[in-house]
Amino acid sequence: MNWFFEMLSYSFMQRALIVGVLISVCAALVGVSLVLRKSSMIGDGLSHTAFGAFAVATVLNFAPLWLAIPVVIVASFLVLKLSSNKKANGDALIALLSASSLAIGTMAISLSSGVNIDLNGYLFGSVLSIGWSDVWLSAVLAVAVILLYIFAHNRIFAITFDEDFAKAIGIKTHIYDAIFAVICSLVIVLGMRLLGALLISSLIIFPTLISMQFSKSFGRTVVYSVIVSIINFILGLSVSYLIASPTGATVVLVNLVVFIITSIIRWLRRA
Amino acid sequence: MSPVILAKNVSLSYGTNRVVSSASFTINEQDFVCIVGANGSGKSTLIKAILGLIKPAAGTISFGDGIKREAIGFLPQDVKTDLNFPATVSEIVLSGTLGRLGLKVFYRREDRVKAKEALQQLGILKLNNASFSNLSGGQKQKVLLARALAATSKVLILDEPSNNLDYKSRKEFYATLKKLNKSGLTIIMITHDLDTEDLIGNKIISIKESKVKCLATSDYLEAYR
Repeated sequence: MNWFFEMLSYSFMQRALIVGVLISVCAALVGVSLVLRKSSMIGDGLSHTAFGAFAVATVLNFAPLWLAIPVVIVASFLVLKLSSNKKANGDALIALLSASSLAIGTMAISLSSGVNIDLNGYLFGSVLSIGWSDVWLSAVLAVAVILLYIFAHNRIFAITFDEDFAKAIGIKTHIYDAIFAVICSLVIVLGMRLLGALLISSLIIFPTLISMQFSKSFGRTVVYSVIVSIINFILGLSVSYLIASPTGATVVLVNLVVFIITSIIRWLRRA
Repeated sequence: MSPVILAKNVSLSYGTNRVVSSASFTINEQDFVCIVGANGSGKSTLIKAILGLIKPAAGTISFGDGIKREAIGFLPQDVKTDLNFPATVSEIVLSGTLGRLGLKVFYRREDRVKAKEALQQLGILKLNNASFSNLSGGQKQKVLLARALAATSKVLILDEPSNNLDYKSRKEFYATLKKLNKSGLTIIMITHDLDTEDLIGNKIISIKESKVKCLATSDYLEAYR
């Protein structure tokens, strides 16, 4: 275990661990609803939007976080609004948003001169980019998301299971949709620098898929998702430190391995 | 019998199409109303308006004494959930009581009792802790009906509830509805008008070319068959 304490002796690793755990909690909580409502691709679309906003902000010498947060929140509302419109093709819109944002970000970086931008860091994440402001923002977000789940988990279940019924019994589903859009945006923007624009959405999807393998109730799925998400992040960060691999990719691969193992166990149980 | 739902000159639109024009009808306590009409005639739009999910383009829908819109039990046509959605029967049925919970955060003892009563009423109390995804089509429909019953003790609205049921399950389901109606529940159900076996209520609301007629079932059968 010496290596673990050695890893934590670096302040940038401490910050990465804290932000990673806090973002993992938020991503797992919001992920359960997004995955079960078949809206998990929204996370992918928004992460690419965040990449575009980060790149443009850096080129224009703005504080990236303060441009990316409002841009991604606006994009999430737009996607949400158009997804609920039966005439609009939600999937196509998300694909359009992803590709356009990536193109804008890449173009902004390639046209800029004299600006030193770590493109790899944006796309695949970097533990070195996490500052104390990220730690505080993540902590505030995690507290808000946990409180939301404590006080509204019954309503969140009702909306996730059957939105039409939830509306019929008077639950203001559009308010919850808006809250989810904001949380999802913040999770992506705050987690993107750690895990990368191309990988952050996995933090939303994997924990739910893994916990669904061995949970038959919604409440347990939520709790297991959070636990799985935290363990897999710490495991991924540790492995990436030990073998000097990219953190984002390592966390995703740890999640993938756990998903495969739990799927096999479930399959064997049923056979 | 006192009125439960009163529609006065209600007009409804779906997009730019006017699907219901100036409809007026009264649904009384313990009525069992079947709403019939061709596909796209506006049956679902009408119940959405009763449930307050859409606003009428004109006219009003009001409720009798002691009836709150949020406390109407509703069984949607189909629940578009993931096949492996992790939910227990008790989680689903309890969610029916959320409309009465107001600003309260957690379920109260009375909500748990109401949910259990709903399961007992339908003879599926033993499924309380079962996983919803492992149930048969008929059992799933009963669980969703139990959720609607947990939401109400007065009015039940069902949108084509027999759609995914085989013949035997449908018969059983209708028998349950008749029993619930006899026990005092007002039931409004969208159904097919092609099959008289589905017209099990005492009243028919028929929608044809945006015109709405409300008739006794016997009168409807005589006029249209």
